[in-house]
Amino acid sequence: MARSVTLQRKSFNTLIAWIIGLLLFFPILWTILTSFKTEAQAIADPPVWFFFDWTLENYRVVQERSNYSRFLWNSIIIAGGSTILGMIIAIPAAWSMAFVPSNRTKDILLWMLSTKMLPAVGVLYPIYLIFIQLGLLDTRVGLTIVLMLLNLPIMVWMLYTYFKEIPGEILEAARMDGAGLKEEILYVLTPMAIPGIASTMLLNIILAWNEAFWTLNLTAARAAPLTAFIASYSSPEGLFYAKLSAASTMAIAPILILGWFSQKQLVRGLTFGAVK
Amino acid sequence: MGQIVLEQVTKSFGEVTVIPPLDLTIEDGEFTVFVGPSGCGKSTLLRLIAGLEDVTSGEIRIDGRPSASIPPAKRGLAMVFQSYALYPHMTVRKNIAFPLRMAGLDKTEQDRRVKQAAAVLNLTDYLDRRPGQLSGGQRQRVAIGRAIVREPAAFLFDEPLSNLDAALRVGMRLEISELHNRLKTTMIYVTHDQVEAMTMADKIVVLRAGHIEQVGSPLELYRAPRNLFVAGFIGSPRMNLIEGPEAAKHDATTIGIRPEHISISAEEGRWSGVVGVSEHLGSDTFFHVHQTGLAESITVRADGEVSFKHGDRIHMTPRDDMIHRFDDKGSRIA
Amino acid sequence: MSTKASRSAARLMLAPAVILLLGWMLVPLTMTLIFSFQRYLPLRGGFQGWVGFENYVRFVTSSAFWPSVQATVIIVGGVLLITVTLGILLAILLDQPMWGQGMVRILVIAPFFVMPTVSGLVWKNMFMDPNNGLLSHLWRSFGADPIIWLSDVSMLSIVLIVSWQWLPFATLILLTAIQSLDSEQLEAAEMDGAPVLSRFWHIILPHLSRAITIVILIQTIFLLAIFAEIFVTTQGAFGTRTLTYLIFQRVLESQNVGLGSAGGIYAVILANIFALLLMRIVGKNLDR
Repeated sequence: MARSVTLQRKSFNTLIAWIIGLLLFFPILWTILTSFKTEAQAIADPPVWFFFDWTLENYRVVQERSNYSRFLWNSIIIAGGSTILGMIIAIPAAWSMAFVPSNRTKDILLWMLSTKMLPAVGVLYPIYLIFIQLGLLDTRVGLTIVLMLLNLPIMVWMLYTYFKEIPGEILEAARMDGAGLKEEILYVLTPMAIPGIASTMLLNIILAWNEAFWTLNLTAARAAPLTAFIASYSSPEGLFYAKLSAASTMAIAPILILGWFSQKQLVRGLTFGAVK
Repeated sequence: MGQIVLEQVTKSFGEVTVIPPLDLTIEDGEFTVFVGPSGCGKSTLLRLIAGLEDVTSGEIRIDGRPSASIPPAKRGLAMVFQSYALYPHMTVRKNIAFPLRMAGLDKTEQDRRVKQAAAVLNLTDYLDRRPGQLSGGQRQRVAIGRAIVREPAAFLFDEPLSNLDAALRVGMRLEISELHNRLKTTMIYVTHDQVEAMTMADKIVVLRAGHIEQVGSPLELYRAPRNLFVAGFIGSPRMNLIEGPEAAKHDATTIGIRPEHISISAEEGRWSGVVGVSEHLGSDTFFHVHQTGLAESITVRADGEVSFKHGDRIHMTPRDDMIHRFDDKGSRIA
Repeated sequence: MSTKASRSAARLMLAPAVILLLGWMLVPLTMTLIFSFQRYLPLRGGFQGWVGFENYVRFVTSSAFWPSVQATVIIVGGVLLITVTLGILLAILLDQPMWGQGMVRILVIAPFFVMPTVSGLVWKNMFMDPNNGLLSHLWRSFGADPIIWLSDVSMLSIVLIVSWQWLPFATLILLTAIQSLDSEQLEAAEMDGAPVLSRFWHIILPHLSRAITIVILIQTIFLLAIFAEIFVTTQGAFGTRTLTYLIFQRVLESQNVGLGSAGGIYAVILANIFALLLMRIVGKNLDR
């Protein structure tokens, strides 16, 4: 990376990259801007950019119409809960596969990943029935479990690739030093794998936060997270762009902020641990 | 106490037998070195004793207790790994204290023992650093520190010096030897370096393909190698091995003579040849002599001041009492 | 590299994950399989007898089946094509020295954080709306007639929306892979006089092959299941009804569980064929 380039070349790269970056980011930026406009300004042609009467009116209306904080809370519980629950199951599994590999390890790993390929829609009705039977329909617990199962293969896969990088000798040293299995995982493996674990958790929070098939189909009023909150704007209703923007901003803001603060782990996590 | 007995121990990985039935007794307080070329099973043997691998059959007894069902943590053994295997997220202090913490010792006792070990190993100033901030030699000391605080029945060393540079290796060799002299604890040390074996061991175990080729003190192995393999492995530079008519004169298939047991002269001697490469170490000079009609090359040790040039014809005389004789199976003829 | 004790511990610790996933896979799938042989209409009398393969026959012979397979393939294929191609170019660009690299990277990744329902709605209304969408304003400012995106070029629209969401992911993986390319290797090729294009073909692209495989694998897993983007935009109209969406309609909208289940089994079979193919490739790549 220490290749020297001319100043022109670097300026040119910078210009092109920023243009493309801003272009890709533009829909988000536009949504955020629009959320502060009046409905009339939101559809103005030619569009108004920055110079309009900034207003929080839309946020107030959206909050009034549907209780945002309840959806937000559901999203947090479901995304956070499924990630934590998943880690509790995935860490031991990944430990097994990374440090005590057998000749079936790779098959198991690929099989796990292949369950991700199972078309959700193919099992929608049975899950629906099971949920009714168990009283899990429209509950946060039910959704937490489903999203955990949905993302478990990815968690195991990612942790496996991170654990593989930790030299087995260190765990053996812990074993020689008198650590049992629990201590080995708790005091030695987990602290060493913190970056990988953080990346895995972050990615899974995002995947769970944005999951929209099961959250739309298994919830109604009580357990609906932000994906459902926003889906209620799917039928046009007069002038509603500014309100839609406000609702959208509210739905994506928590994840954008989380992503902003944990960029490094996230970039690592986004590669699913598959590329070094 | 730290007597370790291996009885008819075997180890196979699937179809591959790494260690055929093997018997060995390591006495309490002994410094035993397992030496052999890479892939000879010496590390596997160590890991069997440590309990990091299961024996396929046979029994390992530590202080008379069969160890099969005892997990590594409970065997009372401490191990120093080739990569040191320090916990990178803990300070030196925490690394050394880790086994004590696992054993549930109280904080003050932990502290006392860590300080004591650190003093012995010159680590006192580094206790609050992390392994990543230490040099190779210091990391090695931390690994040893982590081993000694446990006051184990025996220490296991798995090629601990192979990641260090040459100068440090000599220093650490002395330190480990001194440690053994002071603690008088059983130590088992695995290496592929015969110099380490010769300088440190009370007892050397030479291994090849999982077989014990010979067990004995360094000098026993040097003086009376039981077969060609041991003869070639122990001693540096290697023993010269000569076959053919010259060997037949001694009623042997192969004879061996160490470089240091051949005298040279410009004028006369039993054998002659042409000097190839000469290595001047200062104290000694090694000549590699060609065209002797005995072997491709004969290595001879001479005094540091002796100087022959490349291409000089020289004469060599072996010390007859130092000639080792081997039969057609490579075994020593007494 | 282990003992019996640690192997049995390993099995014990792997068990929860395996059992849960096995249950998650087998129980509902078995139920779907059973339903698929029934005439089962929950709102119109429920279970009405066994019908053998009738549902399977009806599902494939229905006029909606092949178009839905086609739509699925076009969406998955189109998105993969766009994201991988642009992803490679963007990754190479972002690997170049520039000012504000970190900031640009954040801008490029951002779309990945946007939940599919939001991105579907924002694109549908604020950009692709024929009257008030920003793209219509843009077209009109050039004096052109606005495109009626989601009905006239519905497939393209969906592909664009989904590509926007997945381009960040492709770019990021490929960028990480490019950064791991030994720059000495590139310099050596430069010294050997290899022109830019051949450096790309013979050094960069082969180096990226593993990363590209991973992008394709992971994206396919997610793309086969896209739902929300269609749910909030076209609702499956204008030829955008994917297999997933078709089955969803059969089960939930027309409440024909038997028929929908047969469709589900088809989807499972198709996904498995796909999975098998991909696993072959990835399995090989995993060894490296």
